[in-house]
Amino acid sequence: MIPPSFDYYAPNSIAEALKLLGELGGDAKLLAGGHSLLPMMKLRFAQPSHLIDLNRIAALRGIREEGSEIVIGAMTVENDLLNSRLLQQKVPLLPEVVGQIADPQVRNRGTIGGDIAHGDAANDHPAVAIALDATLVLEGPKGRRSVKAESFYHGMYFTEMAENEILCEIRVPAFAPRTGYAYAKLKRKTGDWAAAAAAVVMRMNGGKVESVRIALTNAAATPLRATDAEQALTGKVLNETTIDDAAARAMAICDPAEDLRGDREYKTAMTGVMLRRALASAAARCV
Amino acid sequence: MSKKLISVKVNGRTVEKAVEPRTLLVHFLREELSLTGTHIGCETSHCGACTVDVDGQSIKSCTVLAVQCDGSEVRTVEGLASGGVLHAVQEGFYKEHGLQCGFCTPGMLMRAQRFLVENPNPTEAEVRAGMAGNLCRCTGYQNIVKAVLYAAQKLREKQDAAA
Repeated sequence: MIPPSFDYYAPNSIAEALKLLGELGGDAKLLAGGHSLLPMMKLRFAQPSHLIDLNRIAALRGIREEGSEIVIGAMTVENDLLNSRLLQQKVPLLPEVVGQIADPQVRNRGTIGGDIAHGDAANDHPAVAIALDATLVLEGPKGRRSVKAESFYHGMYFTEMAENEILCEIRVPAFAPRTGYAYAKLKRKTGDWAAAAAAVVMRMNGGKVESVRIALTNAAATPLRATDAEQALTGKVLNETTIDDAAARAMAICDPAEDLRGDREYKTAMTGVMLRRALASAAARCV
Repeated sequence: MSKKLISVKVNGRTVEKAVEPRTLLVHFLREELSLTGTHIGCETSHCGACTVDVDGQSIKSCTVLAVQCDGSEVRTVEGLASGGVLHAVQEGFYKEHGLQCGFCTPGMLMRAQRFLVENPNPTEAEVRAGMAGNLCRCTGYQNIVKAVLYAAQKLREKQDAAA
């Protein structure tokens, strides 16, 4: 399978890429790791006339600490997240997630920004970014703007990012000490997308849930923040009753598509199971 | 859709070719350079048969464009043996019967040699995780894992002898 013909550009700076994007218009697509776009082009689901490859823009790569935030360049590849000492110390949920994405070769190419901006709710980073309360920094012809991850997703492959914008950074609050976290993912085989998955970031105080953020992967056309479940848990002791209640509330907002990974009922039930597991693991880490 | 002139160092030899942007690295290797050791399996970045090294990293060459490799160093299975002597991973797959039909083997070998650079002293579980991007439909993986562990041992012995 060979993709349809296109013209190829490999800019060295964000400014150059934005200029190309402005000139080439709607027939241009940004190429990040290419492990979603190139397969879609082979299948003719996408047929851009122009590909703007972001891989040579050094300014879009890297992980750094800025005050209380960890700033991740959008073109940072998954294996660099997996092996980052800074993330292991400050946002350990991310390496835990990345170890469950794809396989070693794909993680050498696939990027966090591509995974987020593609707009596929089956990808893992979108829900995780929501659980982490991440901020996405977009740059367009009029400069930069910030969008909360939870406001970024409007529908399947439909995001807040405009055609003339580039996702530059993902800014994640560093974890306070004793923050619990977990990503529970059900997949048929290594490297697969989630049949169901839940991300949890939680703080406990005096045996009760002080704060919790919950987000769900592949449970609807967009990643979901389970606000109802979060509210039900806040201020409560975590036990079988409160966890069951939270799982029921999360399952109530699920609207998954039936596919090879299961029907709607199965995926919804498994989302509940993944949330129970993620809550238990996160609670155990709140120490 | 103009062609682009690219310069790529493949198995130590620099080649310059004009390629269509849509040419995938695996097609460039097989059709332009006649290096047919790199296999095309699933063409969807799942099976790993097309695994090669680009700039010292394992990648799936069915999902990278040749133009993206302009200025890069590529190593394929043809570049593994040197001076008629098998690489330790090749010897391992031979000694431990790490192949049956052989279709996945070039990708397995290329991933195994890079994995053993990343982790020279792996456990069996680490071998399985490190090779997770390569599928085999014949062996059931047992002998592939043994082959990689055999190669790890061989490479460590060679390292010790050199030290």
